[in-house]
Amino acid sequence: MKWIINFLTSSLGQKLIMSLTGLFLITFLLVHLIGNLQLLANDGGESFNVYAKFMTSNPLIKFTSYGLYSFILLHIVQGFVVAWNNRQSKGSRYAVAAKNTNWAASNMAILGTLILVFLLIHLYQFWFKMKLGWIAPVTIDGVEMSNLYATVSEAYRNIGFVIFYVISMIVVGLHLSHGFQSAFQSLGLNHKKYTPIIKGVGTAYSILIPLGFAIIPIWMYFVR
Amino acid sequence: MKLTLKVWRQKSKDHSGSFENHTVEAHDHMSFLEMMDVLNERLVSEKKEPIAFAHDCREGICGTCNMVINGKPHGPLGGTTVCQLHMREFNDGDVIAIEPWRAKAFPVIKDLVVDRSSFDRIIQAGGYISVNTGQAQDANAIPIEKDTAAQAMDAATCIGCGACVAACPNASAMLFTSAKVNHLALLPQGQVESPRRVRAMVKQMDEEGFGACSNTGACEVECPKEISIENIAAMNRMYVSAVIGSQDEV
Repeated sequence: MKWIINFLTSSLGQKLIMSLTGLFLITFLLVHLIGNLQLLANDGGESFNVYAKFMTSNPLIKFTSYGLYSFILLHIVQGFVVAWNNRQSKGSRYAVAAKNTNWAASNMAILGTLILVFLLIHLYQFWFKMKLGWIAPVTIDGVEMSNLYATVSEAYRNIGFVIFYVISMIVVGLHLSHGFQSAFQSLGLNHKKYTPIIKGVGTAYSILIPLGFAIIPIWMYFVR
Repeated sequence: MKLTLKVWRQKSKDHSGSFENHTVEAHDHMSFLEMMDVLNERLVSEKKEPIAFAHDCREGICGTCNMVINGKPHGPLGGTTVCQLHMREFNDGDVIAIEPWRAKAFPVIKDLVVDRSSFDRIIQAGGYISVNTGQAQDANAIPIEKDTAAQAMDAATCIGCGACVAACPNASAMLFTSAKVNHLALLPQGQVESPRRVRAMVKQMDEEGFGACSNTGACEVECPKEISIENIAAMNRMYVSAVIGSQDEV
């Protein structure tokens, strides 16, 4: 078993962990966005509440969510370890900073830390309150469930939160703009044939997904 | 042209360094190193300690003349080493900051000279072929497809200067290591040992204290031989399959 530890703690193994957990989180974002777009449905929050109930009670999704929690945690811990070790390896910086990489690529750890702060606030606001049953119930088609929609629309009536969410989504977009294509490079997938496609899809993804998320609070504040 | 140089001076590995200002009169046609020679001759005539910098072939193939000029390894001109950089790339009145490679695994010996023996140890760990490959005509007896030969040659152009490490915000040596791993793995003589080689060289690279790659791509921008990070991806693939496929249990 020693080989697994040697493999995963090598510089290349650590990159592999970042890459695989990152790709999982990238996929999660899409699922999360598709579900959340139901907040925009004009039905008083019925479809969103039913969806939230489904997401917290379906055993298969519950099982997957434990995977999600552990992958988020692994991505954070491994990310901090890699960033710390890399800092040690560099030692000191140059007096003149040259432009030889894009800003997001060399500031992934800072962007990641900002996302972590966002994540903690975001989880506290909705997920944590839902888990602890702090959210007032609502009955839809004879089934009692948490009225998460009401909590969300309450939060997004506050312009401060709307701005906070929009800024956070810009940070997520920047993190994705490097992370998406970087994940494939770490997996060893770099080829003249398909790398332009990966980069194109990555750019589109890092714009469209955060944009989709940012539209929700903006829409709920201004239109609803 | 009149230039102001901010040069890094450091007595030894154990001393802390700092910048020292010098003015120098340079000609357009001088190479960067010749400009440094002019400054050093003046310092010697003034009975001052000349600036230590490493240089050897002065034709861009040995990888010895390593300095970071205005934050860029090998200076502002792409695809060249410092010796191939000429003063016409600069303007009268410019202030030029000159620093050594900065990385834990490349300790400063003196001023602009760093100890790159960590690269030698990575090569010693596996950057060789341990069977007799015969004479030149024996290599010609093995047909190799043009594309493969070109790819191997592109990787083999690495002169081991360390600009990739110097440019990397993580001081990662992956472009160097992957160029060496790939150049040997692409050719039939080197292919046989490639699983063992990639594992040994990556292990040594980690032990030397180089950072992990975060795919910023700064290395391929600054590489004087313009080696692509496609080599890093190829090494990543090779490493995973070598670890999983190997017979030994560590």
